Amino acid sequence: MKKGLTTTAVGLALILSTGSAVADQDSDLVINGEIEVTVRADAPAHLENLDQIFSGWTFRSSETQALQMDDFENPGMIFVDEGITAWNTVEGEAGESCASCHGAPEEMAGVAATYPKWDEAAGEVQTMTMQVNDCRTEQMGAEEWAYDKSDMLNMTALLASVSRGMSVDVAIDGPAAEMWELGRDLYYTRTGQLELSCANCHEDNYDNNIRADHLSQGMINGFPTYRLKNARLNGVHSRFRGCVRDTRAETYAVGSPEFIALELYVMSRGNGLDIEGPSVRN
Amino acid sequence: MADNVTPRVRVPRDATAGETITIKTLISHPMESGQRKDSDGNTIPRSIINRFTCAFNGETVIDVTLEPAISTNPYFEFQAVVPEAGSFEFTWYDDDGDIYTETKDIAVS
Repeated sequence: MKKGLTTTAVGLALILSTGSAVADQDSDLVINGEIEVTVRADAPAHLENLDQIFSGWTFRSSETQALQMDDFENPGMIFVDEGITAWNTVEGEAGESCASCHGAPEEMAGVAATYPKWDEAAGEVQTMTMQVNDCRTEQMGAEEWAYDKSDMLNMTALLASVSRGMSVDVAIDGPAAEMWELGRDLYYTRTGQLELSCANCHEDNYDNNIRADHLSQGMINGFPTYRLKNARLNGVHSRFRGCVRDTRAETYAVGSPEFIALELYVMSRGNGLDIEGPSVRN
Repeated sequence: MADNVTPRVRVPRDATAGETITIKTLISHPMESGQRKDSDGNTIPRSIINRFTCAFNGETVIDVTLEPAISTNPYFEFQAVVPEAGSFEFTWYDDDGDIYTETKDIAVS
């Protein structure tokens, strides 16, 4: 028995020492050995209750972290490839594809870091998902994609991937201020039978464990996220929905004004971190 | 035929003679097990990659039989000794008769 245990220990040590990308809470995220991603930063000025902000990546195990450090290992990149196919596909009555207006996906570098943002023409705060659908209906004459479903997530994952390593910088003033304040109010409002607000977990108790899960600050710089629990991409609003549901509340709908406001507010909490979607999480 | 099937392979560009290298392969494929039912209660027919092979200059490196329990987008990572310069040929066999191949050259210094 003792011998068996010893052998196991040696085996484990070997695996750990040969891993090229052993990482932990203090390590830095470099993707493919070239894209440096800021995963910890000083909190933006509007954030009164935190000094430092951390990407969810820093809270994950070294094995999960390693998956995101190499595009070949990152299962989310499979969906990015599908997004590239969709990018180049002509759809709709206008005979246009994304590529025919925008060129290569890389032309969109930096775009993901600024959403959600105020759209003057539409007179509302728009998420990247809404902008993509605007393009589809207005420019391409194509059908809308369903919010947070696979076609849309493939596309937002592609748009996020070309902005990796670029600093999140969403505007919270001017015409977006009203939605931002609504989002902040929602963030601090307790919901459900458990009477929990976003802040109770992600501000007051980040870095603590909620049962077996290591609580993060709930940053959304890594969305869409490939989750190991469901082996697919997950959108921000679907994630919000899961969180609100877990407080045992009736949730807002995916794509609702409340979640758009919350997305704007939560994204602004991450101003200073870098875009890292598609990220890999539990 | 299954949609969006794309093989991906990572092989180092060069090696020293006799070196053991690590090869990573992934093919995007739904790997429908044949056990699931759709919303109308009808069985969704099985559609999987049932065999994967890798050969180096015609010599078999690995030959794998895949079963329905293997999940979506099967990923293989294995090692091979490279005695000389040449090319790795990877082949995936689909249930529907399609064959996907990928070739990677490796130089020996």
